[in-house]
Amino acid sequence: MHSVVCIKQVPDSAQIRVHPVTNTIMRQGVPAIINPYDLFALEEALRLKDKHGGRVTVITMGPPQAEAALRKALSYGADEIILVTDKAFAGADTLATSFALASAIRKIDETHPVTLVFTGKQTIDGDTAQVGPGIAKRMELQLLTYVSRINELDGASGTITVERRAEGGVQLLKTALPCLVTMLEGTNEMRRGSLPDQLRAARHELTRWDRVAAGIEDVTKIGLKGSPTVVNKVFTPSPRAEKAEMVTVDSGRPADLAVELIARLGQRFPVVEAELARRAG
Amino acid sequence: MSNDAPVKKKRKFELDPRLAAYKGVWVFIEHERGQVHPVSWELLGEGRKLADMLGVELAGVVLAAPGDDGQRFCHDAFAYGADLCYLMESPVLKDYRNDPYTRGMTELVNTYQPEVLLLGATTQGRDLAGSVATTLLTGLTADCTSLTIDLENRSLAATRPTFGGSLLCTIVTLNYRPQMATVRPRVMAMPERQEGRGALINARIVEHPLAMAEESIITKVLDYIPDDSRDKPQLPFADIIVSGGKGLAKQENFQLVWDLARVLGAEVGASRPVVQAGWAELDRQVGQSGKTVRPKLYIAAGISGAIQHRVGMEGADCIIAINNDPNAPIFDFAHYGIVGDALQILPALTEAFRQKLATTRRAG
Repeated sequence: MHSVVCIKQVPDSAQIRVHPVTNTIMRQGVPAIINPYDLFALEEALRLKDKHGGRVTVITMGPPQAEAALRKALSYGADEIILVTDKAFAGADTLATSFALASAIRKIDETHPVTLVFTGKQTIDGDTAQVGPGIAKRMELQLLTYVSRINELDGASGTITVERRAEGGVQLLKTALPCLVTMLEGTNEMRRGSLPDQLRAARHELTRWDRVAAGIEDVTKIGLKGSPTVVNKVFTPSPRAEKAEMVTVDSGRPADLAVELIARLGQRFPVVEAELARRAG
Repeated sequence: MSNDAPVKKKRKFELDPRLAAYKGVWVFIEHERGQVHPVSWELLGEGRKLADMLGVELAGVVLAAPGDDGQRFCHDAFAYGADLCYLMESPVLKDYRNDPYTRGMTELVNTYQPEVLLLGATTQGRDLAGSVATTLLTGLTADCTSLTIDLENRSLAATRPTFGGSLLCTIVTLNYRPQMATVRPRVMAMPERQEGRGALINARIVEHPLAMAEESIITKVLDYIPDDSRDKPQLPFADIIVSGGKGLAKQENFQLVWDLARVLGAEVGASRPVVQAGWAELDRQVGQSGKTVRPKLYIAAGISGAIQHRVGMEGADCIIAINNDPNAPIFDFAHYGIVGDALQILPALTEAFRQKLATTRRAG
């Protein structure tokens, strides 16, 4: 039983600020965290290890400072951490990212055969949910997305049964190992790391792979070159043509404000007036 | 896409002639348990505009099992704007599964070569889109909030929030086809249904087989458990929503949002920070990482109006914003603004709406 968990280090989105004049992201001082959705994947992998034994390898592709996210994963109980980092990966979109990660996971598989690959549902910064399916297709693994529960894992027959969130219900799916699972949020709760694991996290040697170590020969498949999508511009949305009509009353009393607002509403928005009439009737 | 991708300068661009042969706009018609997901019709509405800009046909793509009503879905697609439909029927397409659907869609794309392929950003659409794009090695932009065509090079310009919803970015896929994008439900307006449109325009159904045996498919569907949706909030289709944000200061103050919602018969929504703080459940979150809504009336109390919230509710007919900060971004796109303490304004609104409804009732 060997799970590989893919994580991403992301800026804590609750603390991102946009510069009011230049409209650029102010990165300074924004703490970097493990993408919160990935923690559900990591915890699920750790639970499988608790139950079935084996090992958990955590991998990330990113800049050197992503090491901190990997060490955090160690403190929760992961056995091995691998940082895939190379300037050649810069500017990768999801297609190029999935190529690099798939190649690195194949490399891991050569020494420690992989039973399961886990990813979070999506990241909080990119929000694409594309890298998980991308890795599965690149590696020709069966893909199980939006998994809310792993019901059964049978190492002997090499099968797994899961509950997968569909739009109007839950699919119960059975497939063969190895496969790739993207975990849904809220499906488990990340454990507190044990003291020995926390100590180990600080000392453990990091495995750092560059492009070549990750088994990538074709540089046209990674980084900017391997990315079909191009960001043309980044901007803030423009205000509506009409500014908000500010409602004020001389008395300044909330009760008068409320009455004034409702009176204006009825005149300018018949659709709202009709909806209110429907509810009154 | 990666947020760290550098912004490239726009440049003159010549499309590979092999790719220039890709023509037409496609929309994946997603269905589950005999029901087409409404996002498919919303996408046909948007796809119609793109197809008209490009001067090409708009096609619906239906993958289904025989007996799944695939023909009916095609005719529905005509009523919502499609010029033709590709229909692939096979027993292995009963219930959505990644492998056969990816294989089927990939085969249709390679055979009929569309330049644009749109899918709903649902659990099914995202699962399929990511797999198809990787198989075809083309670009895919997720959760777009607006789509248009750059007529200079016929490329799809897809705009979506980035950096956790603090900015917007426009993404293009230049030298790859098809250009793929997903859009979340309710982001695009529902087009009007035109009965009989299919017959009127002589819309056609192109049937294409899928040569795939059940034995070759590894993943099996053992069961399907429908949701019990009776007690779940139904935000996306609510006509009136009252939402609260962190400006309400304390969890117990969120009750004021509920009070107003009760009088209006409205659904209750919440901003992301409020959901993260545990004041409201995840199903009530409005915004990029929550639900997209298009009510007739949206009342936002104590919500600043960050982009990630804005993209989830700016389709509302009328937005009323209450915030004590006169510079809050929400006043840039609300229709009515009240600068003041939501803790005082909300109860006043509750009372005023109660009286308004009572008066209407007596008069009616």
